[in-house]
Amino acid sequence: MKMAVSTTVNGDPRAFLCEPGETLLEALRGTLGLTGAKEGCGTGDCGACTVMLDGEMVCSCLVLAPEAEGRRVETIEGVAEGSDLHPVQRQFLEHGALQCGFCTPGFIVAAKALLERDPDPSEHDLRYWLAGNLCRCTGYDKIVRAVQDAAAEMRQQARGDAA
Amino acid sequence: MSTMTFHAPATVAEACALLAAEPGARVLAGGTDLIVQMRSGRIAPAAVIDLKRIGALSGVREQAGGFVIGAATRCTALKEHAALAAAHPGVVEAANLIGSVQVRNRATVAGNLCNASPAADSVPAMIAAGAVALIAGPQGARELPVEHLPQSPGRTALAPGEFVTAIRLPGKAAHSSDAYQRLTPRTEMDIAIVGVGAAITLAGDGSCAAARIALGAVGPVAVLAEAAGAALVGTRFEAAALDRMAEAVQAVCKPIDDKRGSAAYRTAMAAVLARRVVQIARERAGEA
Ligand SMILES: Cc1cc2nc3c(=O)[nH]c(=O)nc-3n(C[C@H](O)[C@H](O)[C@H](O)COP(=O)(O)OP(=O)(O)OC[C@H]3O[C@@H](n4cnc5c(N)ncnc54)[C@H](O)[C@@H]3O)c2cc1C
Ligand code: FES
Ligand code: FES
Repeated sequence: MKMAVSTTVNGDPRAFLCEPGETLLEALRGTLGLTGAKEGCGTGDCGACTVMLDGEMVCSCLVLAPEAEGRRVETIEGVAEGSDLHPVQRQFLEHGALQCGFCTPGFIVAAKALLERDPDPSEHDLRYWLAGNLCRCTGYDKIVRAVQDAAAEMRQQARGDAA
Repeated sequence: MSTMTFHAPATVAEACALLAAEPGARVLAGGTDLIVQMRSGRIAPAAVIDLKRIGALSGVREQAGGFVIGAATRCTALKEHAALAAAHPGVVEAANLIGSVQVRNRATVAGNLCNASPAADSVPAMIAAGAVALIAGPQGARELPVEHLPQSPGRTALAPGEFVTAIRLPGKAAHSSDAYQRLTPRTEMDIAIVGVGAAITLAGDGSCAAARIALGAVGPVAVLAEAAGAALVGTRFEAAALDRMAEAVQAVCKPIDDKRGSAAYRTAMAAVLARRVVQIARERAGEA
């Protein structure tokens, strides 16, 4: 029997029906039409399905859709503000930190979560934080540089705002 | 899967009633093992009972001089609890070796224990630290030391209808601390081929007053190596005492031989890691 779930997705209240055993990733990509999060593995290994659930990053392939009841879900679709890209998104483009792009939504959601908690992570901390995101094309160096430059840009922006 | 039902009870009593009513039900904590097993078709529960809406099972409480970790508490929350991290750094570091940040934001130590994998990282650390599982069930509540819960890979000592509500750890003790290390072929996101936890208490003169050493991934379930701990008690961690400890560790290793590590390698490395974690726990205990 289908279950009714009420949740908030990228700030908007969303209600949907799902099977009890359906994953949040399936509900997002199917019923809700948000295809940014990807299924790379379905087993928690690749991070392509990374979303924020009540402010913590999780693999949406390992969350059952009914678990989202009353929770806040944030996906890659909510990262840019209108046509204004987030600094992490812009730096991924600048650095060419993607090829096929399949892993990119997960990396961007995860990197943004890190920079919101630690504006100036060491390369070591950054690489560990992103250990749950796999990329089969680019190699990780460009991704790491892109996140570091986004961090610098965001710090500068924060200083500008404070001044 | 289409006939499966999903429940999110608000109390332990409700969860107990649901589990009792449906023998094919499974408890859901972080889902990082359960959902993988459901998706692969290895298990097909008739009902899934989510523990995360039970307020009493979320978070860490300091209670009667100890710590009570609710069964729905994610591993990353253990790091954020300063008093727990100070009292049991080994348990907290073991729980935060599990998977990635995404996985640890969901995974629980109770789930790590109840999944009963021989390589579960937090289990040897909890055994060394003297952790006890608090259990609810149709016959009422009971307690079981963590080392008695896993019975064989994937099987626990929980009776039908029972589930773990919390893990209790002793409070902060003077000159006492712990440590956990594992060996994996990769740095992150890999399964331990051996894991060792140690908890050490020092006497006023720096000698060893108590020691508990537990091993993972070198047998069907994690084990408390009692003789290894006993080999250190009363000593000042002299080379001969550490050698006896390492021999006792190797004596209880009954590892499998597979592509990830031969039995001989796992056994040799168990002794190496045991020496390291004893040293780290001892240093931490000296500062504690
Ligand atoms: C990508 C990835 C990497 C991983 N890496 C590691 C690793 O490095 N080390 C490691 O040890 N593990 C690892 N795991 C396995 C898993 O994350 C851990 O075992 C985790 O601690 C399980 O906890 P959970 O809360 O998610 O359990 P769940 O998946 O919710 O439950 C696991 C099992 O225990 C039962 N259960 C859960 N809670 C209770 C309870 N309170 N009472 C009774 N039964 C219960 C469930 O019914 C189920 O059978 C990894 C998993 C993934 C997906
Ligand atoms: S699809 Fe979720 S981690 Fe790979
Ligand atoms: S760009 Fe193709 S997987 Fe990362």
